[in-house]
Amino acid sequence: MIGVLTGFVDELRAAGVPVSMVEAIDSMKAVEAIDLADRVELRETLRSTLIKSLRYERAFDIAFDVYFSTTIDLADPAEPDPGRDDDRPEPSVGDDGLDLDALLERLLSALEGRDEAALRELARTAVDQLAGMEPGRPVGGTYYLYRTLRRLDLPELRDQLLEALIGGESLSEFDRRLIEEEVDARLGELREEIQAEIRRRLVADRGREAVARTLRRPLVEDVDLMHASASDLADMEAAIGPLTRKLAARLARRRKKRAGRLDFKKTVRRSLATGGVPADPQFRHPRPHRPEVWLMCDISGSMATFSRFTLQFTHAMATHFSKLRSFAFVDTVDEVTDYFGAGVDFASALQRVTTEAEVVWMDGHSDYGNSLETFRNRFERQLSPRTTLIITGDARNNYRPSRARILGEIARSARAVVWLNPEPIAYWDTGDSAMGEYTPYCTSVHEVRTLRQLETFVERLTLPSGGLVKRST
Amino acid sequence: MDLESPSAVANALASVDYLPDERIAQVVFLANRLSKPILVEGPAGVGKTELAKALSRVTGRALIRLQCYEGLDESKALYEWNYKKQLLRIQADVDHDWDDIEQDIFSEDFLLTRPLLEAIRAEEPVILLVDEVDRVEVETEALLLEILSDFQVSIPELGTITASTQPMVVLTSNNTRELSEALKRRCLFLHIDYPDPVREQEILNARVPGLSDHLAEQIARVARSIRNLDLKKSPSVSETIDWARTLLALSIDDIDETVLGDTLHVLLKYQADIEKATKELVSAAGG
Repeated sequence: MIGVLTGFVDELRAAGVPVSMVEAIDSMKAVEAIDLADRVELRETLRSTLIKSLRYERAFDIAFDVYFSTTIDLADPAEPDPGRDDDRPEPSVGDDGLDLDALLERLLSALEGRDEAALRELARTAVDQLAGMEPGRPVGGTYYLYRTLRRLDLPELRDQLLEALIGGESLSEFDRRLIEEEVDARLGELREEIQAEIRRRLVADRGREAVARTLRRPLVEDVDLMHASASDLADMEAAIGPLTRKLAARLARRRKKRAGRLDFKKTVRRSLATGGVPADPQFRHPRPHRPEVWLMCDISGSMATFSRFTLQFTHAMATHFSKLRSFAFVDTVDEVTDYFGAGVDFASALQRVTTEAEVVWMDGHSDYGNSLETFRNRFERQLSPRTTLIITGDARNNYRPSRARILGEIARSARAVVWLNPEPIAYWDTGDSAMGEYTPYCTSVHEVRTLRQLETFVERLTLPSGGLVKRST
Repeated sequence: MDLESPSAVANALASVDYLPDERIAQVVFLANRLSKPILVEGPAGVGKTELAKALSRVTGRALIRLQCYEGLDESKALYEWNYKKQLLRIQADVDHDWDDIEQDIFSEDFLLTRPLLEAIRAEEPVILLVDEVDRVEVETEALLLEILSDFQVSIPELGTITASTQPMVVLTSNNTRELSEALKRRCLFLHIDYPDPVREQEILNARVPGLSDHLAEQIARVARSIRNLDLKKSPSVSETIDWARTLLALSIDDIDETVLGDTLHVLLKYQADIEKATKELVSAAGG
């Protein structure tokens, strides 16, 4: 058992979960106290001793599934007949004589009655017969999952389940919606079961370490913004609120601690109480540093997600800036400050910006040169020596003139110009990227590919020096 | 009461109307078995504080509560010397030798115990609830460390006071900031989320007598539906209980759009949230 647990802890660490020595020892002590045969008991015991933050739950669940799944015999009916290829329809009659229709029928009744044990059993049968898993074949679990789900025809199952639960009554839209949500939740459970079953079989086939490695996913703060999947995006969306709240709390704390300059008058006044001895020096309240921030975001297709998170993050910190204005551009630029306020949904706000604001002038392909020129003509006069201008984009200019000198003119009017590029540094200046032409005119340029890097950047922005004075590459 | 297995814990808690899921029962069982503190985290109003109260009812132990806030310090959390009494003592006999007096005024008679010390010195085992621990500063968190790992408090003048009976410690956090690693390492972590509709329905039945099954099911489903929306503040379990009571008082036995529209303010406390939920659930359904 100790061997398995150590491997499990190693896997958690590899997935980015910090597990200390003490916690590992605690988990082993705890495991001694419980009924090992009960999987739920084991899972919750390890969870409460090994992971100490909600952020790591997903990594934990995946690793647990891999390391503590009930081992299955590989000589199960999952054994494929050699030479079967994907396009040939699988036989609809399984080894135990159960055909697809009967399976669906039993699934339906299990779903309807919320019978978890039956659901698990049926998920196993479904994977057996429909996934067509082949030992040693190097494909991921997702492939088998979609294969199984496709054969089960979930939309059809959903309709049938809906019908069964509604039972022919005519319902108001409202009641119908509630039932639909119930149906979706139950189908979600089925999907989970199937996924777990597939993982179990993969583990039996390839061994724990190998499966764990393929399933390992980065923590949400470390997901690459440019290549995030839809589910990653949803996770990020959920994570961004807590991240900004935490950052705000951290900033508030730091602000309070900083003492200002000595208040001479007040110290002398106080010293009268101690017979003229200045025993209790008084300090001025420091004037909080509140930079003025302008954001200029490329919102063309590929950059939209990144720009949205930058906007969202910066706007959540709005109270820490004396003024915050936002501009959006594709091939020309427009001010969009009014679209983003407290409590707006940034995804739909950005949608509105794309349709309502004047960000497209010609063909809707990124044109940094023209955008900068428009920006200079319309807004440069309003820049002040207190303004920090942040430009977000990949500087992929579609081989149009970069007009980088204009950025130089803008930079002279502002306190600092900072460029955030979501591409890896190695890709800068390849193809149509004009990053190198803009860099000399920027106070600093940063590679910001993940939420974590974005958080670090916004925090630095609120520092008095802004971390922006020194010119870096 | 017997907390010898997770299912026994679940039954015991259920007997005082706190319905734990398997995760809660397991962690409580472990905390009792390993004498470790529980750190409970989760959104507001899912029953974090209630868990400590329920444990107190189950075990019959007294509940000592330390409510945390920004600026909480040693003298409010641990102990304080009763200096007024000390002054009186010094003035009372001026003739005495100073050494004797000094010995005397730093004795337990002059010690004002605060919740943490009180929990340590209790004759009978107690439940110590440290509520909203994320509100104190990181430095103040350090106060808790000695108590959490060794169940003892060091007072320079008196030495170390060790617990004669081990208190059961529950810390709650709303996760407004990351707690220090040192604190988290010493605790069992328990995240409580909004219950799924089945469990919420059970909670409603336990808490609101006279509620019909049909209504409880509907309430639980509507609650899930509303929590799925992106709101400033999702309805908590205590709010769904309030809502159930409201509906009961109005003798409503079936929820439709009108009822929901009229009573939504019991569930949601922000105007923007109410508008959003109305738009999503009520008007969309009506139109």
